Amino acid sequence: MAKVELVVNGRAVKGEAEDRTLLVHFLRENLGLTGTHVGCDTSQCGTCIVHVDGRAVKSCTMLAAQASGSTVTTIEGLGLNGELHPLQAAFREHHALQCGFCTPGMLMSSADLIRRHPDGLDEATVRLELEGNICRCTGYHNIVKAVLDASEKMGKGAEKAA
Amino acid sequence: MYETQYHRATSVEGAARQMGEAEDGKYLAGGMTLIPTMKQRLASPSDLVDLRRIEALKGVKITGRTVRIGAVTSHYDVSTNVELAKICPAITSLAGHIGDPQVRNMGTIGGSIANNDPAADYPSALLALDATIVTNRRSIAAADYFIGLFETALEPDEIITAVEFTAPDRAAYKKFPNPASLYAMAGVFVAKSGDTVRVAVTGAGENGVFRLEDAETALAADFHASALDNLTVDPNGLLSDLHASAEYRANLVKVMAKRAVAEIASRPM
Repeated sequence: MAKVELVVNGRAVKGEAEDRTLLVHFLRENLGLTGTHVGCDTSQCGTCIVHVDGRAVKSCTMLAAQASGSTVTTIEGLGLNGELHPLQAAFREHHALQCGFCTPGMLMSSADLIRRHPDGLDEATVRLELEGNICRCTGYHNIVKAVLDASEKMGKGAEKAA
Repeated sequence: MYETQYHRATSVEGAARQMGEAEDGKYLAGGMTLIPTMKQRLASPSDLVDLRRIEALKGVKITGRTVRIGAVTSHYDVSTNVELAKICPAITSLAGHIGDPQVRNMGTIGGSIANNDPAADYPSALLALDATIVTNRRSIAAADYFIGLFETALEPDEIITAVEFTAPDRAAYKKFPNPASLYAMAGVFVAKSGDTVRVAVTGAGENGVFRLEDAETALAADFHASALDNLTVDPNGLLSDLHASAEYRANLVKVMAKRAVAEIASRPM
């Protein structure tokens, strides 16, 4: 068994898991954080994306033991104090989800994308960078609109704060 | 996934020792190929020795035009290295177009070339750049390192520590990615230093990456995309699968080579 120690959404957690346990299963089954989904189980669909040490990774393609010692943010940790994160608000505003299954991964991937492009985003970049997230309902158009809108609002927010 | 024992190495020596004690171990870097393969039960190593947290294997070091990339440096860290982009934008651009952003955050240069997938991007760069693969035992020229499909000159317990090369005068990489998997169906890296031109092809060869000597000769005489107009790429020895026939790949190789040269020409000197 592997000892797994993480800081998840700001909270220090400890647990034990088989060495082969994937991070996504540790989050869902040991910690009850079921917002992170398992979609394809073959590392292609992106519903399982979380942030590990500030970077988006597929939690179905990382062992919990590999992640031990890291800081993890899941979809449950994206909003603050019960408020929707600007990306979540934009997804709601632009109807960027239908069944919602891919949405946690889309949001975590998009949050990383916006962080990496503080000067703003264009449509082509958003489409290219969401390559690791598959959605079977929306046709992506509204997701792209929502990410662009959130990027703009978050950029302006950052200017105000500065 | 079958059961396995996970070990986290903190030094290269420690990793080699842990591997020596394992019955049928494998080194783990970013895991972007190994873990999916284990999930499908196509691989079942008794032990995994994780190299990703070894500090000595991390980072890009540039001295003049000499570049050393630590083996566990992620594709993202290569793609965003500003100093490297100044002297060899072809390699930062290549790293920035591997897989998807999540793969680039975890995947490493050492892992990519240890696996030597015939459609991986890095092997073409290292062969065209005449790079040296440094391990915990020796230095291996890229030309001697890439042997065949998923086959390299590495011994089973040998660890890649870094990749070294001299930045070329000019270079570019162009690929035609499979739209679903994003793996190169043909990828061509062109590097020019002085009068020497090296052209390496990935994604297309039955035995993995190879040099395209006819293109090198033509470009050494006249470094313009039009110099490749009369190039004929032999489909014999090229991969043929449900995505593309050997003949189609042969044409893609020529087109990607021309695009790479055209990109070099379009950049300011």
